[in-house]
Amino acid sequence: MSSDMVKVRLLDIAHTRSGDKGDMANCGVIALWPEWYPVLVRELTTERVAAHFGDLISGTVDRFELPNLHALNFLLHGALDGGGTLSLKTDAQGKVVSTAMLRLVLTVPFEEANALGMPYHREG
Amino acid sequence: MTRTIRVASGQGFWGDSLDAPRQQVEGGPVDYLMLDYLAEVTMSILQKQKERDPAMGYARDFIGAIESVLPAIVDRGVKVIANAGGVNPVACATALLSAITKAGHGGKVRIGVVTGDDLLPRIDELIAAGHELKHMETGAPLSTVRSRVLSANAYIGSTPIVEALQQGAQIVVTGRSTDTALTMAPLRHEFGWAADSWNQLAAGIVAGHILECGAQSSGGNCLHDWRTIPDLASVGYPIAEVESDGSFVITKHPYTGGRVSVPGVTEQLVYEMGDPHAYITPDVIADFTSIRLAHDGQNRVRVHGITGGPSTPFLKVSIAYRAGYKAVGSLVYSWPDAMEKAQLADRILRERLWRLGLTFDQVLSEFVGANATHGHLAGDGHLAPEVQFRIGVRGEDRASVERFTREIAPLVLNGPPSVTGFAGGRPKVEEVIAYWPALIDKRVVTTQVEVVS
Repeated sequence: MSSDMVKVRLLDIAHTRSGDKGDMANCGVIALWPEWYPVLVRELTTERVAAHFGDLISGTVDRFELPNLHALNFLLHGALDGGGTLSLKTDAQGKVVSTAMLRLVLTVPFEEANALGMPYHREG
Repeated sequence: MTRTIRVASGQGFWGDSLDAPRQQVEGGPVDYLMLDYLAEVTMSILQKQKERDPAMGYARDFIGAIESVLPAIVDRGVKVIANAGGVNPVACATALLSAITKAGHGGKVRIGVVTGDDLLPRIDELIAAGHELKHMETGAPLSTVRSRVLSANAYIGSTPIVEALQQGAQIVVTGRSTDTALTMAPLRHEFGWAADSWNQLAAGIVAGHILECGAQSSGGNCLHDWRTIPDLASVGYPIAEVESDGSFVITKHPYTGGRVSVPGVTEQLVYEMGDPHAYITPDVIADFTSIRLAHDGQNRVRVHGITGGPSTPFLKVSIAYRAGYKAVGSLVYSWPDAMEKAQLADRILRERLWRLGLTFDQVLSEFVGANATHGHLAGDGHLAPEVQFRIGVRGEDRASVERFTREIAPLVLNGPPSVTGFAGGRPKVEEVIAYWPALIDKRVVTTQVEVVS
């Protein structure tokens, strides 16, 4: 990694809540401070989230922006093994997809993380 | 002076706290108590109960809830709105009347019953008339599972509940009305919001969305700062204090636990959210990107600025159909090498199922304690001190699922070592009642309101 980049854990800059709609899980990602929201908008792309979840979801990822709540809403299609009563999963209703999301680690310029007061790590 | 209507949430789903309704009416002044008993899965559970007994099919906890709040209804005029009727609102109201009479208040409480959401008796007629009731996710027409359909209910809006209130109902029981309608209806009734006052109606929906999951907006299941949330043992359920312009404050009664905060309310706002620009309900489409939240003193969050627009010509329909059988069983493996042992047990069990010639639509193995909920993101689980091997099967053939349930316990003696946690015995075979969401032309659904005492 470039020496002026640092790792920022989503866990340290956001809180989340998730739920279900059929076989789709939704996951809201809320910046802990409004000034961190633009970093989420820039870094937490649908591609990044799809790559993070990998084969945990079988469909696509949609993203919606809620600048008023400094939050992003993700729709993870095919995340619940059929969903509802069909699903055999422990988390059939996607309640803790929220915390799986928080395992994501962003790579952010050191200057920016420092200026915004974000907790960061030199190593992933 | 501006008039404020206080709507209190006393139930977030069927199975929620039995004491919350009473605490909400006794903890301070409230005008309305809303009780949400229905989730997508709940309708199918209720349908199963109605099949066994035609006088069932509603949320029975609701009767006890009303008994516990009767003094507030009779003496202080608190009104109650609940979708506890499930798939049998008339039976629910009958049971309620008998409980009220038994409590010595016979003839004193007017009950409004909203029906018309039940489309099951009309389903063939509707299909014949060209309503395909296509599955909203897969696009398949309902005719593909018609013979297995158990229930079909349209999600109805606030209008019939408003009518019941206008006819003097003190308790309104509905079937599959939307969760948000339970909060919206009293606001429309009190403030006389017109059917095209989109912004106010949208505000009513947002208030409803914040209240519909009970304490989930007042500190329960709140990830933000969870360690510091005080006294969840006596958590206060949320209350919306609404003004006629649609702005409102979310709060809770004094001397209760939990927390009402901007981050906590935000978590509830994004819960089960789809496209935030268009939160579609039968009454209005609310724009969640317009919501403004502000801290308004301790345990008070002000919500304002909400906008909305006309709804769609459709109602969502919740259909339940039989979809085979399932069973889930588990065993616990301990250190050392707990994960490896659990994985070996999984391979052995699957081999035996294969040799028995059993086939299923789905077999799912999970390793609870290692990676059941986070999958590969949680690592490989090799350091887990104990792992629950949890395996489930689902298929059309009941006998195959039944046979599966007999193959787990033997592993205790004839599988990998360090195994325990099978005291629950053989897993139960459950019939799967699946959910089929569809849309229907609003005009074909007509609701009825009856007020009785």
